Amino acid sequence: MSARTVKGIVKGIALAAAFVLPAFATSSSGPAPAFKLSGRGGKSIDLTQFKGQVVMINFWATWCGPCRQEMPLLEDIYKKYKPMGFTMLAVNVEPDPKAAEAWLGKLAKPVSFPVAFDVDSKVSKAYNVAGMPSTVFVDRKGNVRVMHKGYKTGDENFYLTQIRSMLKE
Amino acid sequence: MRIRGLLVLPVLALAATGCSSIEPWVKPYDRENLADPIMVFTRAPISQDFLDHVFESREGSRGATGGGGGGCGCN
Amino acid sequence: MLPEDRADLLYFRYDGGGVVIDGPSMLVRKSIGEHVSVSANYYIDMVSSASVDVETSASPYEDERTQANVSVDLLHGKSTYTLGYVNSDESDYKAKTMFASVSHDMFGDLTTISFSFNHGQNEVFRNVKENGVVANDPAFKEEMESRGYSVGLSQIVTKNLVLSGQYEVITDEGWLNSPYRSVRFFIGTDQQGQQPEIYPNTRSSNAASIRAKYFLPYRAAIDAMYRFYTDTWGVVGHTAELGYVHPLDTAWVGGNWIFEGRVRYYTQSAADFYMDIFPRADYSNFMARDKELATYNAITAGVGATYEFKIERFPWLSKGQVNFRYDHMMINYDDFRDARYSLGSFGTLPDEPLAPGTEPLYELRANIYQLFFSAFF
Repeated sequence: MSARTVKGIVKGIALAAAFVLPAFATSSSGPAPAFKLSGRGGKSIDLTQFKGQVVMINFWATWCGPCRQEMPLLEDIYKKYKPMGFTMLAVNVEPDPKAAEAWLGKLAKPVSFPVAFDVDSKVSKAYNVAGMPSTVFVDRKGNVRVMHKGYKTGDENFYLTQIRSMLKE
Repeated sequence: MRIRGLLVLPVLALAATGCSSIEPWVKPYDRENLADPIMVFTRAPISQDFLDHVFESREGSRGATGGGGGGCGCN
Repeated sequence: MLPEDRADLLYFRYDGGGVVIDGPSMLVRKSIGEHVSVSANYYIDMVSSASVDVETSASPYEDERTQANVSVDLLHGKSTYTLGYVNSDESDYKAKTMFASVSHDMFGDLTTISFSFNHGQNEVFRNVKENGVVANDPAFKEEMESRGYSVGLSQIVTKNLVLSGQYEVITDEGWLNSPYRSVRFFIGTDQQGQQPEIYPNTRSSNAASIRAKYFLPYRAAIDAMYRFYTDTWGVVGHTAELGYVHPLDTAWVGGNWIFEGRVRYYTQSAADFYMDIFPRADYSNFMARDKELATYNAITAGVGATYEFKIERFPWLSKGQVNFRYDHMMINYDDFRDARYSLGSFGTLPDEPLAPGTEPLYELRANIYQLFFSAFF
């Protein structure tokens, strides 16, 4: 009886899981919502200033483990593709920029790409951020092409594929 | 004991919730406080297991002492 | 997500009611890749017992219980599957338990549902002393089996509040009492006799609990828990606990402090076949005098301090902790009397023995100490 009960329980879970499995990458279309936020070092960051470049927007927070883990990789990607018309744009979603500034300041490999602070979550809402971290790829025309949720080791290969194909346009 | 039937019910009910039109009301970018290490129910499992054992061996009650949830919801 | 990697080493000491139990407990948890986490725990109870039951019926004893526990967690998408095994050994009790559970995150990771199952098979022996040597009585070997099923739900309610509920059913079958304990009964109006306890050979219980944890804006957390328990032996138990965690950012001393305070209130009403002293011998087909099944109130209050630090020289150590915790447990029994006042202690009668049934109600006070080190990597 007990083995059958356990099997029944597992079948029930599998059934529920089938209804709620998330999609990790969604294709979207349409113009990327415009925004202007204050950034690191007091600079103002406006999305329109990057028109003509491929933009990879990464929504992150210091309290999010996978976000911290992927940061050095984002710096590598930025350095490699910047000369070809690419920019990385990190959007920190915390209400107080102090934690992010402190963490960025202590990095062994400092980031050189722009970091913006979305203190009232307006931009996160506009982009329907559904997971942490979330990465949005915007093409040279300013349209959202792909949205990727989460970060697991190896996801950077997916990022590179998207960037290379969009740079060719 | 109709345990099997009982246990499948809440699963189906929640599966239905998954396809309804209610949106998760706490957004992933608002999970800062929930991700704080002080917000876990059990900070030190080794200590909690020991205390649970101390109580269970002196009391008539047993069960329903565990539970998880919360956290940063990353990935 | 999988539980975090860690190693803990605990030293604990329970001192109360004539019983001293101390020992180490070691836990290691490590992930392998991004989908698997394994955990192992080794725990030793060194018991030195002269409890009130032991004083009125036997001689003081020492024993050692060793428990080993291993488990594996497998993460697949939003589900975590866990499988584990526990083995507990002492000179007169051997327990083997297997457990399995599934938990699933859903609804934007706001809801976690979990199911678990455990199955235990235990062997009960009886120690006898012959020529000063303690060994198992070869003529005594009993068995019991336990099965537990639970369902749990955890829900994020606001950005500052998490709620969690659990319901668990446990069924025991077999030899459920102790080979050493007796019940007592009146002989006439002022004499007493003792006979071995007799328990039913099944016990089914239901427990339902709810807990909440709330984040306070100045960075602290408060939590509360309530559990309701009932079983086929007639025991009804209520547990309520309140806790408070307060971190202090004292990075200027090289680390951070976290303080914790907790109060737990427990009340229970006795099993149907429990009596402190039965009206006569062979009073009913089931008889118990185990204070664990009596009517009583208990309050346990505890405080804890954690010092958290990093070591520059060990970058692989993401943080280290030194933890100390002290709990004081107070139990006041409503229907369990201190029989040492009439039966004496280890066979020595008191100078003026009280009449059975007039002894004062028993009160237990215990101090529980924990000192443990945790490493996170």
